[in-house]
Amino acid sequence: MYVAVKGGERAIENAHAWLAEERRGDTSVMELSVPQIREQLALAVNRVMAEGSLYDPDLAALAIKQSRGDLIEAIFLIRAYRTTLPRFGASQPIDTANMTCDRRVSATFKDVPGGQILGPTFDYTHRLLDFKLAADGEVAQAPQREAAQAKVPHVTGFLNREGLIEEAPHDDTTPRDLTREPLEMPADRALRLQALARADEGFTLSMAYSTQRGYARNHAFVGELRIGDVVVEMDIPELGFAIDIGEITVTECETVNQFKGSKTEPPQFTRGYGLVFGQTERKAISMALVDRALRWEELGEDYVGAPAQDAEFVLYHSDNIQATGFLEHIKLPHYVDFQSELELVRKLRRDAGATPKQEANE
Amino acid sequence: MKDTIDDINPRKEWLGTLAKSPEGRVGALLDQVMARPDFTWLRMPEIGSVMVRGRAGATGSPFNLGEVTVTRCSLRLADGTVGHGYVQGRRKACAEAAALVDALMQTENAADIRVAVLNVLEAERTEARTTRAAKAAATKVDFFTMVRGED
Repeated sequence: MYVAVKGGERAIENAHAWLAEERRGDTSVMELSVPQIREQLALAVNRVMAEGSLYDPDLAALAIKQSRGDLIEAIFLIRAYRTTLPRFGASQPIDTANMTCDRRVSATFKDVPGGQILGPTFDYTHRLLDFKLAADGEVAQAPQREAAQAKVPHVTGFLNREGLIEEAPHDDTTPRDLTREPLEMPADRALRLQALARADEGFTLSMAYSTQRGYARNHAFVGELRIGDVVVEMDIPELGFAIDIGEITVTECETVNQFKGSKTEPPQFTRGYGLVFGQTERKAISMALVDRALRWEELGEDYVGAPAQDAEFVLYHSDNIQATGFLEHIKLPHYVDFQSELELVRKLRRDAGATPKQEANE
Repeated sequence: MKDTIDDINPRKEWLGTLAKSPEGRVGALLDQVMARPDFTWLRMPEIGSVMVRGRAGATGSPFNLGEVTVTRCSLRLADGTVGHGYVQGRRKACAEAAALVDALMQTENAADIRVAVLNVLEAERTEARTTRAAKAAATKVDFFTMVRGED
């Protein structure tokens, strides 16, 4: 018999009150402000914006504070908020060739036009804890040098000129949008890139790493990695022309991959692409490697059964909000489900146990 | 080319400058120039999102990258001039100030607003960008070749 039960309201209220108190922590320690998180935990903010799929540093910082630093919980909050917003429209595709680069490195060409610009990177640090940060201290001003105003060209453009690398031909097909329709297979590249751009960083990193270790190996060079600001332009119907509606920081990674050629294509380099909100280079590189692995079919490569080649596996398991939602729901009450399982196991045991007992009686 | 025509559209330029302005800056500069004129709302400030698109391989087919928050509004001055405000983020007061500036730029106040609001915003933006570009330039690698021992 099914018996509906109610209860727990007071326990839930009290749990939430205690959560608020624990979130605040020791009140003799100064409270963290949202602007402090936005400015000083910027890479956490960037990850929440990228995987929350909503560019708004203040909201992401608020979500990190509310979630006590649990970034997946923060991403959940951002995704939930995002669904409440009316959509004004879609931007014109951002032009990353016009990025003002904070960082721009190429692992394939030393003397690349525009130069190797390291930017504010952890690379080449010694990964030793810096105890000076534990004490209050002024930070020295970063050195400056006069900058050339020229726009920084994409590295793949140089290989394109020689015909050594596949082209990414311009087209203006309206992309499918997985926030508007369910993600269904087969997923074209535009849909895969959208899913990867908001995919969990850890999952994407592991998938990318698996390709490096030999599961669908597609030896990747970072042709170019760039981080910087791009303007976002949108057509405004009431004006009849497009205007900049903002400026965002993005990380872009283009990989250059070996390709032996196929029935239709001569040997040349192929490309993987990563583009992510914020300064998020581990994610952008991972995205480019996974994008390249998922392109096996259009490039006429063999399917070797590697996880990173399996679009359905990758795309249906890359979203940490879907994953955590399904995973964590199993801790919520399943009393009735379990009751029926219990009945079933008892019945099976009775059925199984009846025969030996009869045998023993004989 | 369409871009060339857009590039010489001054309204497109100033609307872009207003959209990218820092929090509170448009309103503060506007209030230094003049008392705000009366207006009626055509569209109250509303917060929404715009889906940002990228291109596969930077130049190929478009894909949806993720959304950005945007606030917009439209208003009409007493003389009938219509102003539109679009700003990045959740900033209703900034959208209102931007729409007022857009409207005033179409009136006899245009010259004053140009000098005291738009030129200031552009100068501040240029300075911030120049400083950042200079810091990036200081991290540019100067390669040099080591002398080889066997020569």
